[in-house]
Amino acid sequence: MSEQPKKSAKKKVELDPRFVNYRHVWVCIESERGEVHPVSWELLGEGRKLADALGVELCGVVICGPGERGKAICGEAFQYGADKCYLLQDDVLQDYRNEPYTKALTDLVNTYQPEILMLGATTLGRDLAGSVATTLGTGLVADCTELVIDTETRNLASTRPTFGGSLLCTIMTQRHRPQMATVRPRVMAMPEPEASRGGEIIEVPFSMIEDSIITKVLEFIADDTRDKPNLPFADIIVAGGRGLRTPENFQLVWDLAKVLGAEVGASRPVVQAGWAELDRQVGQSGKTVRPKLYIAAGISGAIQHRVGMDGADVIIAINTDPHAPIFEFAHYGIVGNATTILPALTEAFKAHLSQLKKVG
Amino acid sequence: MHSVVCIKQVPDSAQIRVHPVTNTIMRQGVPAIINPYDLFALEEALRLKDKFGGTVTVITMGPPMAEAALRKCLSFGADDAILVSDRAFAGSDTLATSYALSATIRKIMEDMPVDLIFTGKQTIDGDTAQVGPGIAKRLDFQLLTYVSKIVDVDTEKKEILVERRAEGGVQLLKTSTPSLITMLEGTNEMRFGDLDDLFRASRHELKVWNREAAGIDAVEMIGLKGSPTVVSKVFAPRPRSKRAEMIEVHDSEPKNLAVTLLAKLFTQHPKLEQEIAKRA
Ligand SMILES: Cc1cc2nc3c(=O)[nH]c(=O)nc-3n(C[C@H](O)[C@H](O)[C@H](O)COP(=O)(O)OP(=O)(O)OC[C@H]3O[C@@H](n4cnc5c(N)ncnc54)[C@H](O)[C@@H]3O)c2cc1C
Ligand SMILES: Cc1cc2nc3c(=O)[nH]c(=O)nc-3n(C[C@H](O)[C@H](O)[C@H](O)COP(=O)(O)OP(=O)(O)OC[C@H]3O[C@@H](n4cnc5c(N)ncnc54)[C@H](O)[C@@H]3O)c2cc1C
Repeated sequence: MSEQPKKSAKKKVELDPRFVNYRHVWVCIESERGEVHPVSWELLGEGRKLADALGVELCGVVICGPGERGKAICGEAFQYGADKCYLLQDDVLQDYRNEPYTKALTDLVNTYQPEILMLGATTLGRDLAGSVATTLGTGLVADCTELVIDTETRNLASTRPTFGGSLLCTIMTQRHRPQMATVRPRVMAMPEPEASRGGEIIEVPFSMIEDSIITKVLEFIADDTRDKPNLPFADIIVAGGRGLRTPENFQLVWDLAKVLGAEVGASRPVVQAGWAELDRQVGQSGKTVRPKLYIAAGISGAIQHRVGMDGADVIIAINTDPHAPIFEFAHYGIVGNATTILPALTEAFKAHLSQLKKVG
Repeated sequence: MHSVVCIKQVPDSAQIRVHPVTNTIMRQGVPAIINPYDLFALEEALRLKDKFGGTVTVITMGPPMAEAALRKCLSFGADDAILVSDRAFAGSDTLATSYALSATIRKIMEDMPVDLIFTGKQTIDGDTAQVGPGIAKRLDFQLLTYVSKIVDVDTEKKEILVERRAEGGVQLLKTSTPSLITMLEGTNEMRFGDLDDLFRASRHELKVWNREAAGIDAVEMIGLKGSPTVVSKVFAPRPRSKRAEMIEVHDSEPKNLAVTLLAKLFTQHPKLEQEIAKRA
């Protein structure tokens, strides 16, 4: 498709008459065992902007089992910006399964006809989005990093990285509705919830009998999250790259992280060399992070790394090469050897913090 | 047991460079490889064949040069390979691609029933992970995405038990065949074909199917026509408006450097100071 972007989207393409009455922006609120995935709130924040640009409502879709606090989830969705929530609760929707969830969401779309439908690019969201888009025969743009409304045509312009992240492309679904998109966790900012906001809950019945569903969930084995890093939600991250050269030098990253109460991140070569676990890889094929502070030592700033950490509030880069790409987007740069600068930073932070303690 | 493995030939993205002036992809000399994620799918199908016997058919939709990727799969031990190739497929998005591949598999099923379809988790170029679910829906196969382990297969009862990676845990799923599995990476290790396989692969008569041979009459379902998504522009990531503020001190003593940085950092971002003090 984007192999030959000759067919220009500028050329006016008419919306298929079947879809002219499709209105409103929808976000699928992902919950498993009563836990809402934070990406859903991030999507509501983004959806709010789209709905306002179009002058339409923002609606959440909550699909879950009967005992799973569906109404409370709707209530939270209103706080994060939704005007309305469609709530489907049924025994067959207890655990995520492709077949009943696909039916639930496609039926809902056919009945209430939204113009935009967004899902998180999680294992659940990608499984469901691909199935729903195929069933509806509409377009789906994966892993978007930017979503805006083309006001002239009311079309959604979805931007995503292409070719391993080296370029971006903007994709539109012009003739079909809904326009579907997935977004990875932590790519969009988390909106501030407003406790006073409320909205309308529309309970929608769902009728599918268990006997007609072929796939059964025999067991759910929850991950052991003890001692597992949670990089996407870390406020401070110290990350090291190949420029550190040895696993011993990588220890210097840990030393600074300890003083700052930070998580440790890594570039891909570091993970491949086994100096850090896969859970710590930041970037396109790793985690997307949004910390308040990101310190990158010996990381060149390749685009595949950048897409995972560009959302950090403050980026400090340490690199021997003054022309390293990371200085193009870091906020503070230090040209120098990370193996001497990291320990100096550790000492300086330590001294500063003990000073603060004395004063405070 | 008959498994169909879908593979895609992709440019080795590690070697792709972007032209600094024109912002276009410089493809010249970039080797084409089998999408690395698809090798986990192929290996898993081969393991089932080792265990239960049967046939592994590899298919790809792509240009004539994709034949090389199929031959490679044959050399790993696949039994048969089909290249679906036609100018009419050019410009297909995932909806059109899943349509063409599902039509191809329907055609294959006319000769021999298919128990399992395997795809990779995603590709390294399009990277959407949408084609697997698309094929499953179109063929009404049970969809099993992000499978980390095939626990058991009962060929008599036509049942399969798998572990599926979900958010926050692993689902143990039981379903019946036919089903479509998208295999997670790192779940197995691709075998090396032996000399016999290599020899067989080089002499194997690969099938090449055009649109008609793949049983597709509906031209409006494939290629650009069958693709609801349209690329409106391709561009380079914009640089931030400002380059990094460089911290330099004249004697370049690391200690002074660090102190200078901290002073700047905390003057310009006082909240950060509180944040760090809070947790330390
Ligand atoms: C499909 C695909 C997906 C990818 N996904 C990811 C991903 O998720 N995450 C990721 O990080 N990468 C990813 N990559 C790899 C990415 O393209 C880069 O190769 C990688 O980010 C480079 O890591 P690095 O910066 O640590 O190493 P290098 O690029 O080797 O950079 C090392 C840097 O350290 C500097 N240096 C050397 N010595 C010192 C020293 N003593 N002190 C300070 N600086 C020093 C050098 O000047 C250089 O800038 C992906 C690539 C592809 C093709
Ligand atoms: C940069 C870029 C961005 C794109 N973005 C989108 C988008 O957002 N939405 C959209 O609908 N299309 C998009 N496309 C088009 C899409 O890549 C093509 O339709 C492509 O044919 C299949 O999608 P994929 O590469 O994402 O495969 P994925 O869905 O990631 O592939 C999953 C698995 O399906 C199998 N498979 C995929 N393609 C083939 C094939 N040709 N032959 C055999 N098996 C195959 C493989 O087993 C693979 O592991 C994009 C293309 C490019 C180059």
